[in-house]
Amino acid sequence: MKLHKKDNFSRRNFLKTTVLASGGLLIGFNLLTACKPGVKMPVDIASLNFNDFNAFIQISDEGYVTIFSPNPEIGQGVKTSMPMIIAEELDVDWNNVTVAQGILDTNNYTRQVAGGSQSIRFGWDALRQTGATAKQMLVNAAAVKWNVDAATLKASKGVITNLNGDSLGYGDVVKEAAVLEVPEDVRLKETKDFTIIGQEIVNVDIDKIITGKSLFGLDYKAEGMVFATVLRPPAFGQKLKTFTASEALKVKGVLEVIIIGDKVRKYLKSGKSNWTVKLSETDKVVVIAENTWAAIKGKKALSAVWEVASKAESSAAHDVALTAILEGKNLNIKREDGNVETAFASADKVIEKTYHSPFLPHNCMEPMNFYANVTAEKIHLVGPVQTPEYAAIVVADMLGYDVEKIHLEMTRMGGGFGRRLYGDFVYEAAEISAAIKKPVKVISTREDDMTTGIYKPSVKYRIKAALKDGKVTGYHLKEAAVGSNMYGTIPNFFPAGCIPNYKVETGNYKSNITTGAWRAPYTNFLAFAEQSFFDELATELNVDPIQLRLDLLQNVKNTDDKRIEYSGQRMEDTIKLVREKANWGKTKEGVYQGFSAYYSHNTHVAEIADIVLKDGYPVINKVTVAVDCGIVVNPTGARNQVEGGVLDGIGHAMYSNFSFKEGKPQYQNFDNYRLIRMNETPKVVVHFVENNNSPTGLGEPGLPPAGGAVANAINAALGKRMYRQPFVNELKKKSLLG
Amino acid sequence: MPNYTLHVNGKQVVVSADEDTPLLWVLRDELDLVGTKFGCGIAQCGACTVHIDGVAARSCQMQVSILDGVKITTIEGLSKDGKHPVQEAWKEIDVPQCGYCQSGQIMTASAFLAENKRPSEKQIREAMHGNICRCASYNRIEKAVKVASEKMS
Repeated sequence: MKLHKKDNFSRRNFLKTTVLASGGLLIGFNLLTACKPGVKMPVDIASLNFNDFNAFIQISDEGYVTIFSPNPEIGQGVKTSMPMIIAEELDVDWNNVTVAQGILDTNNYTRQVAGGSQSIRFGWDALRQTGATAKQMLVNAAAVKWNVDAATLKASKGVITNLNGDSLGYGDVVKEAAVLEVPEDVRLKETKDFTIIGQEIVNVDIDKIITGKSLFGLDYKAEGMVFATVLRPPAFGQKLKTFTASEALKVKGVLEVIIIGDKVRKYLKSGKSNWTVKLSETDKVVVIAENTWAAIKGKKALSAVWEVASKAESSAAHDVALTAILEGKNLNIKREDGNVETAFASADKVIEKTYHSPFLPHNCMEPMNFYANVTAEKIHLVGPVQTPEYAAIVVADMLGYDVEKIHLEMTRMGGGFGRRLYGDFVYEAAEISAAIKKPVKVISTREDDMTTGIYKPSVKYRIKAALKDGKVTGYHLKEAAVGSNMYGTIPNFFPAGCIPNYKVETGNYKSNITTGAWRAPYTNFLAFAEQSFFDELATELNVDPIQLRLDLLQNVKNTDDKRIEYSGQRMEDTIKLVREKANWGKTKEGVYQGFSAYYSHNTHVAEIADIVLKDGYPVINKVTVAVDCGIVVNPTGARNQVEGGVLDGIGHAMYSNFSFKEGKPQYQNFDNYRLIRMNETPKVVVHFVENNNSPTGLGEPGLPPAGGAVANAINAALGKRMYRQPFVNELKKKSLLG
Repeated sequence: MPNYTLHVNGKQVVVSADEDTPLLWVLRDELDLVGTKFGCGIAQCGACTVHIDGVAARSCQMQVSILDGVKITTIEGLSKDGKHPVQEAWKEIDVPQCGYCQSGQIMTASAFLAENKRPSEKQIREAMHGNICRCASYNRIEKAVKVASEKMS
């Protein structure tokens, strides 16, 4: 591992220091890009400007360290783990570190995107450099004070000592340090010397969470704020024709009923191509009320007539359309090695299977909501959104404001799972506030969230393999999806590079149902399909399913194919670890195991599910997981992500279903839409592969392999393959349970 | 709107609300007790769980007009200092991910443990199955309930 890695940013321009008016040293830095030249550091905490610096460290005269983290949590733990990395290299006692939410620059600013399991991966080097640079500046200041060579000094846990045994606390030298040159080429710690990274550090917001403090968007309040609910078309493909508000206006607490939609249509006509979800052009009816309950009741009392705007789609028709795509010729080649047709023609046996998955809503526990206050001077937006910059730009364009006039605050988020990448609810809040000229909080009910939302697309995979002389010689995967297709490097994930004749193709069905990213987009279902298929191939070849993967991985180990991102060696190590930890093949009678492994979001994961039969029905008892995410920054947080990801993957594969009839969602709330509950959960036991590789993300990679592990265990127990999610519907069929 | 006298977290409070307003929204909008969360509005997810005379109840289904004379406890009133054994256990096990459902989970767990001090694993799983955690921190919730039961006995 290189410890003096040259970075792609100039250190001089990514970090600046100043003495605070209130005392102490303030270090501002930019994690992803260099700061603009000539930017000034604030001299008081109240004017931290996250435009130029996206994080700050304050060291007080007493030596206490405050790390201002600008990107709030969606539950992935970075608010704890990112400051840990700074504190490690800064070399302070974690007990003296406070993590604060970044204070807002009330003039104008937007924040970074949060999402994609990439925060730790991208932040690792910059966070370490920042901590180490700050430490070196403090040491240099002590050297000046003692008039000695800085190289003779040692610093540890916030105390600098010289050869005579004299010591100075960081707080004693902050003023002097702040005016020194920012040093180049600071030395980073050896991984063996880490004292904070690798420790079990409890979530920094734990006290607020367990005592019910205001943290989330739904908790946010402002003076004069009113509440709004939005009536949207009950089916995709519909638009508002007429409505009657008389009953709604009789509801106590309802202030007014308005229509929105104009601003969105104008925005769409303007041809601006900012990143956003596909926006509906329909008018929407908005109930404005004094409190949330009146807004909810008022919406129920509205009566509206809807008319056809575009085709009313049904899941049954999607099923036919996706199958036609798989069988048609209009597919886009995403990767092609060798010639799969030749491989099939010369095969001993050809196997072909098709896998089906439904749409899925995200169902964040905190329903979508946002606060907006649009005034002539500026626009104040507050709430949970993962892409604040994009949201601010669209709002500015929609309402005809300069983006500099937008002040957007992110709150902690009650889950994201991809839903909060899209800013539709932010635009609605802004349009409403502009119309009523009041600060407003727009609130979705669960039904609003589930029926008008953005969905994981319904997807089918058809996979065909050629087997010859006991080997997999050809592999052809076709994807048919509603809305959009697999993207980026996914076609280069396993088994790309392992099979000489390999082809991935995708086809798309254009729909008026809005689809988008859903935790581990595409791989969430692709991994299930492929890993189930490989289990079936192992049976055909009469080899152990794990051995089949290990044999295939040998072919990619020394690849010179630059497109291949995953590592054959790391995947092999991960698989071997789970095989050992789960006692693969050595369980007691009545326990059936299923194996699955997948690389996604730069992390290698392998899982083994153990199931038993209870009255003939499969019960998942345990899932053993091995993960290679490089250095584990915060083991408790890391395990939490993997445990949750695995259970999330199992829950949706087993239980969750969603469909449309004539454009209308057939599930509205948790009475008929099933999410996994505690009595249905197995124990998840997580093991990390130990190495010194730079850390990679954990928010998503635990999820994709889970469905396959369970499906393969079900097959081991019942001799039945799962081809369609949710499995519970397949298991209900009498033929499966005898 | 009519006035109602409620007994919340050891204090008498008078609120003005429409008679069918669920306790959930009285707590959140009128009393500024935002620890009780809105999740589904139909008593299926448990995010809005409070104690009514010590029993776990879904505040989204309890109209303000029927709460005369009962003692209501919310997450804010579960303990004075955040050190109820269930809260302590939640911290010790580092349960939350996004954290949104956790006050409801804690309220269900604390009412359950008050009735059943040494529950079996099966009893814990049954008692907690009405509370959804979308991040699926279920393994830790289960463990924390067990740790809390040990602290309480």
